[in-house]
Amino acid sequence: MMALNDSLSAGCPTRLAPPETTNAPDSSAFVRRVGGQNRLGLTIRGAKCGACINRIESAVKALPDVETARLNLSTGTLDVAWRGDLGANTIVLAVSTLGYGVSPQDQSRNVSDEQREERSLLIALGVAGFATANIMLLSVSVWAGHGEMGEATRRMLHGISGLIAFPTILFSGRVFFRSAWNVLKRGHANMDVPISLAVIIAFCVSVSETVRGGDHAYFDATVMLLFFLLIGRFLDARVRRKAYVSARELAAMANRTVTRLAEDGQAKSVRASEIEPGDRILLSPGECAVVDMKIDSGLSEVDDSLVTGESVPRTTFVGMSLLAGTVNLSQPLQGRAIGAASDSLLSDIARMLDAGEQRRSTYRKIADRAVSLYVPFVHTSALLAFLGWLMAGLGVNDALLIGVSTLIITCPCALALAAPVTQVVASGRLFRSGTFLKSGDALERLAQCDYVIFDKTGTLTLGTPRLVDEIAPDILSDAAQLARASRHPFSRALVEIAGPGPIATGVREFPGLGLEGVIDGVTCRLGSAEWVSVNPGHTTSSSLWFAKDDERPIQFHFADHILDDAIETIRTLQRAGYGMEVLSGDREEAVSDVAETLGITKWRAKASPRDKVQRLEELQAKGHRVLMVGDGLNDAGALALAHASVAPGGAMDISRSASDAVYSGGLASLPRLISVAKQARVVMLQNFGFAAAYNLVAVPIAISGHATPLVAAIAMSASSILVSLNALRLNTMSERL
Amino acid sequence: MSGLLLLIPIALGMGLIGLIAFLWAARSGQFDDPDGAATRILVDEDRPLPPSENHDSEE
Repeated sequence: MMALNDSLSAGCPTRLAPPETTNAPDSSAFVRRVGGQNRLGLTIRGAKCGACINRIESAVKALPDVETARLNLSTGTLDVAWRGDLGANTIVLAVSTLGYGVSPQDQSRNVSDEQREERSLLIALGVAGFATANIMLLSVSVWAGHGEMGEATRRMLHGISGLIAFPTILFSGRVFFRSAWNVLKRGHANMDVPISLAVIIAFCVSVSETVRGGDHAYFDATVMLLFFLLIGRFLDARVRRKAYVSARELAAMANRTVTRLAEDGQAKSVRASEIEPGDRILLSPGECAVVDMKIDSGLSEVDDSLVTGESVPRTTFVGMSLLAGTVNLSQPLQGRAIGAASDSLLSDIARMLDAGEQRRSTYRKIADRAVSLYVPFVHTSALLAFLGWLMAGLGVNDALLIGVSTLIITCPCALALAAPVTQVVASGRLFRSGTFLKSGDALERLAQCDYVIFDKTGTLTLGTPRLVDEIAPDILSDAAQLARASRHPFSRALVEIAGPGPIATGVREFPGLGLEGVIDGVTCRLGSAEWVSVNPGHTTSSSLWFAKDDERPIQFHFADHILDDAIETIRTLQRAGYGMEVLSGDREEAVSDVAETLGITKWRAKASPRDKVQRLEELQAKGHRVLMVGDGLNDAGALALAHASVAPGGAMDISRSASDAVYSGGLASLPRLISVAKQARVVMLQNFGFAAAYNLVAVPIAISGHATPLVAAIAMSASSILVSLNALRLNTMSERL
Repeated sequence: MSGLLLLIPIALGMGLIGLIAFLWAARSGQFDDPDGAATRILVDEDRPLPPSENHDSEE
């Protein structure tokens, strides 16, 4: 039964992510030896559920000598340790045959920084939680015994509270103190400055109150403040770590290896970064070029749909240049590197990505804008309260106490939770429907977009050709016997229709022409028009011919197929008033066909990666906020530069890294994503509204001197809970665009 | 008053035990993969029983 399941479903059985069929890269250069043990870190794409963990771990553990194999589902990292001389590629193959994408991690880089930060925040949060609960236990008895409790008892309870609070503030408060200090040194201020100030002043005043034997000590409020703020910080770090994981996928792309040929013809697998211009390179069938190269020898067909969006494979010739990202289809090719990996098209695109990232980082989050309005307000109101009461004739001590209580009560607890909680709830909801967000502020930017640019191949269409004609079953099964021996997209399309079956005897592939083999003693040919001696005049590039001996050749037509839900999605977006455009690198007739069927009036064919970026800049200069949807290498630059960007799950890894969100539930996920983003924005604004309203009530109470520790504790927790509950509403809202 | 002197340390001590357990769990990486931990419990590690010959032979 298990074996049956395995053969039926490649990739994640939940279908949250599509199965991957790309060839796994050579990983032997990335094995580390630690104390006689071999270790390898692999980035796994497409693993989304418990069944994936089980399949991957048991497949790897079944290999001889493997000691541990553990898949971290949150980061998508598989750590394998083994002894003996098991090859790294055997492990990679074991995982990739299950239908998951695998790429090696370069662990000489420090990959666990984010994880360490998240863990230390969690520990700080735990300590603050412990202290809050225990101090509250003592505070409740002080409040309950108000008027009856003796001064000595109260002082003792306050003293114990202080003893708990002091180490907690030192330990859990570090996060804020450090960040505030770093910013102050440079002469700026951020949210951590008023937080640190409030915590320190409140603690000092509480100590002096305790020593004096006063009624009110704010140890509980101080520690509770840290607790709530750390929750926000922790959620934020978690969202960011998810983003970091996707960024690492991009690095994994550059971790591909290249087969370099020495002068004596010896092949050796090296990291792409070690390749220098002029190096001889072997490109095996199924392999993807990582550096730009010029072909020296060999004849094959290459698929550059990832680079240009062109859906029909090209035949190679000696002296032809291949760009990085091109996939070799049929025969081994030898060539020389034109540039190092660092000046290939791939790294050009990586530079465009960097430029996009930088532009995007200048985007100011709603939360940051709210804080910059908020900080001066908090400080002035606290200072005014202190000065006002001082002038009204109250003692310095009492005036200071009122100032401090104002500072505490206005401290941005709800404000700090408003954005992260909303983002966590919204991204959790999207996750369950198969859409993965890369960064928290992506939601804000997605909600603002008013114009959508689509790539064609792989985004609006399936990206792989499909057989159009009705072919008699016996002819189809004969043709499939030849096609099964080939990697050509048309052959794959034939095999997909015909299903599993035998392969003809002695099949040989002639690059640029076709296949030849023997079926039942008869020689058959499958390939181009000239391959079966038909006049090539009335044929197009998207067809194959099949000839059995001397019978009349039969033509097979292929076309890229528009996705089932594309029309519906486009209608929904048009109804919602979005401007739309198709930008593709494919041939004119292919693009115009798709645009016409979908009812998109603006389209452009033969667009290079740079054209796409230019068009995007043009639109953004006109004041449009553009949402880019694309999957290819040629879209990566545009994806990075757009106001917001989305890639399908089957996209090239570099494009997935460049975009804000990745969807796997078909194109219909797009309206859903936008509607959730818009709702999240509304909820976030409501939350800031709540935080502001809370202050309108709390500040007068505090300034008038009625903010006792009890009032502060109630107000703080009530506002934080209100904001969290409001964010949870996102889970029950209906999707409407 | 003497009751408090006994009860407060007990309450704090119990809290402290919880905190230490939490710190141990966090340090040993049990919160590193919440997604995986949530689904790992569903992973069926049972293997079919080996053909038990002695059971049959006893009868």
